Amino acid sequence: MTAEQVPANNQTAAAPTDESKLDAAHLVDERLVLWFFLAGLTYLMVSFAGGLLMALQLVKWNPLEGVEILSPGRWRLIHTNAVAYGFIANSFLGALHWAIPRLTLKPVLSKPLSYFIFVAWQVVVLSTAAGLILGEAQAVEWGETPVWIDPLALAGLALVAINFGTPIIQMKGPMYVTLWYFLAAFVWTFLTYAMGNFIPEYYLSGTSAGAVAGLFIHDLVGLFVTPLAWGLMYYFVPILLKKPIWSHGLSLVGFWGLAFFYPLQGIHHFLYTPIPDFLEYGAVISTIAVEFVVTTVVINFFGTLWGSGRAVVTNLPIRWFYTGMVLYFVTCAQCALQVTRSFQQVIHFTDWVVGHAHLVMFGVFSVWFFGMMTYLFPRLFKTSWWSRSLCEWHFWLSAGGITVMFLTLTLAGLFEGYFWNSLRPWQDSIDGVWGFWVVRLFAGLSMIAGQLVFVLNIFMTWRKSKQTAPASSAAPAYAT
Amino acid sequence: MFESKSGILLIGGLGFFLLSFLSNVVVSVLLYQDMPEQSVEELAEQNTNALYLWQDLSVRYPEAFKKHFGEANEKTLAEALEVGHKAYVGEACWHCHSQFVRPVSNEESRWGAVASSEEYQNELNRPVLWGTRRVGPDLSREGGRRGNDWHAVHFFDPPSVSTRSPMPKYPWFFEGLSITAAMRRLDTMAVQDEAAGELADEIRSEFGETDEELTKSASKAWGMIRKQYPELAKERELSPDAPNKRGLAMIAYVQWLGSWLEQYPLYEQYTPIAEQIANPLE
Ligand code: HEC
Repeated sequence: MTAEQVPANNQTAAAPTDESKLDAAHLVDERLVLWFFLAGLTYLMVSFAGGLLMALQLVKWNPLEGVEILSPGRWRLIHTNAVAYGFIANSFLGALHWAIPRLTLKPVLSKPLSYFIFVAWQVVVLSTAAGLILGEAQAVEWGETPVWIDPLALAGLALVAINFGTPIIQMKGPMYVTLWYFLAAFVWTFLTYAMGNFIPEYYLSGTSAGAVAGLFIHDLVGLFVTPLAWGLMYYFVPILLKKPIWSHGLSLVGFWGLAFFYPLQGIHHFLYTPIPDFLEYGAVISTIAVEFVVTTVVINFFGTLWGSGRAVVTNLPIRWFYTGMVLYFVTCAQCALQVTRSFQQVIHFTDWVVGHAHLVMFGVFSVWFFGMMTYLFPRLFKTSWWSRSLCEWHFWLSAGGITVMFLTLTLAGLFEGYFWNSLRPWQDSIDGVWGFWVVRLFAGLSMIAGQLVFVLNIFMTWRKSKQTAPASSAAPAYAT
Repeated sequence: MFESKSGILLIGGLGFFLLSFLSNVVVSVLLYQDMPEQSVEELAEQNTNALYLWQDLSVRYPEAFKKHFGEANEKTLAEALEVGHKAYVGEACWHCHSQFVRPVSNEESRWGAVASSEEYQNELNRPVLWGTRRVGPDLSREGGRRGNDWHAVHFFDPPSVSTRSPMPKYPWFFEGLSITAAMRRLDTMAVQDEAAGELADEIRSEFGETDEELTKSASKAWGMIRKQYPELAKERELSPDAPNKRGLAMIAYVQWLGSWLEQYPLYEQYTPIAEQIANPLE
């Protein structure tokens, strides 16, 4: 893992090294990676339950109506919080435990601390869930965590930053792109969480609190999830394709463009509110600017793929990764349009936005995690997948489901927007999109089915790993 | 600088974050620093529109009201607003309803005055409840548009007043009907249905006229009602006519929304409820 191993890039920074050259056993606690992934997948299922309940409620097929702890509104909160803090955060912690020691050649600061973080984070997520079910939510979108858990969660984030930040700070020599993203993301996540959860609760009300809320929703995606996820893409893609990233220069543009433009956009969530117009315009312009940055990043990754295109067919994790990138590009192209005031007139408050949110949270980030997990589970279990065809089912059910969901919600949103504008009775807008909501329900069921298949495959692979004799020194063929 | 640890931490991590905080947050804080934040008590004080409907609630559901809030005055209204606000947040009503009217898309014609900053400068907008999704309509001008009883029935079972509504039911905002409330219902039904009047008379002659006497023999009286009006008897368990504390507070909160505006639909002169009852024709 030195610069010399990567002649093409020796001027700049070391690309991630090939597995086999590294004695990762002392550096990485694989059991913990596994635990984090399993915890993440568990919360993903919980989140699905919430989404399903709300989808059934909207089409008026909810069989469990009238039960207080199954209130669709409360479960709507569980739905988003379980994804953000349960699934995504846990999966990141798992993936970071895998990647950071490999990139820095140092273990994380402290193994006991890692285990403590594991336990503490599950306490945070579970007590959030309990609080939400009991109706104790805080009125911060994506941060409904009850106020009494916020300090605990913030302390957890600080520990995460210290535990992972230390090896990065201590390492010598040039840092690979991935580590830039990680380092910045640890600072951003902490600041974002503190800002969004405390300021509008204790210090501000009204319009300026709205500006903070917009910034929080936005930064949570842009400064917590996005940089960590792209950092992991910069790590996994070159390893799987066995070549360095196409252009170092473009990765610099991507990182600094994101760092500068992304945080400036929060207010674009609240156009036409009492927030002054000049601030709204600032947010709109920086949003359009960041789409150019995104384009450079996507070009860089497709440049890397150039010449190895078949990997998308044969190599499942690569297929997941590039599917996510295509959808990322779609999401961002959509951003550049929907952020304009003319689009906002029609689509704000509608299902268009819900479609957009699902596209980015599921179609991009979750899809990337499924790719990482498809790559890592066999390595954690030291055996190949139990069934390659179930892996394919997992992919097609998920990718098909999210595509249909995105399309149906986008259309529903347009219809809602025009129904409202036409001043017809409110109920017309609901009757009018009922069919789209039914399609959405089935698209969601397809995504759920995909993950059930995945979990089954993981379970069988685990069983298989217990049955086969401990692997000999020859590495198993992972098939992916 | 662009690839060094300090550059990334200080310029990217801290610097750009602070820049965005300055431009997005500090600027708007400075703009609104002269606008005082109102407390919940201030919101209830002298708010005749909201008080009017608060007193209406106390007459419409007298037992529940007495039990949970006592008297209908500014102090209890403030308390109700707080309880209602908490339920509004906890039930995630704000993920299906917005609370601001935009100057576009004909929203002024649908709901009235466009939202302005002063409206949100108060404790009940901590954090602000603008919302980002409308499954149901905007609620910031909801107060006074519907009667208290409409809201009660709507929370109990939305489709019964709003055909095909996908809004969830909130039966946990309600409790069971007391025997005295059930007797009042029989009295009302008697206008159209003689048998109901006869049943009421029969029960009163058997167990007594006063509320205390009736309450003492509640089970037996309910038994008589069940024989003739099984539907009504079911409401002994759970009834839209018996909102609990959260239910009353939720209705008060919804009726308060927009009560500060000129356009508030109840444009009659405010008359204390006792006077209204004394002179119904005034
Ligand atoms: C699933 C989304 C959803 C949730 C959650 C929801 N509502 Fe609704 N709400 C609707 C829809 C749709 C309508 C329009 C149809 C109707 O009148 O029921 C509506 C209508 C209303 C109305 C009547 C507006 C009018 O005058 O026509 C009020 C008041 C209301 N909701 C309050 C609430 C409150 C308070 C909560 C939380 C306890 C809540 N809603 C939760 C969807 C929702």
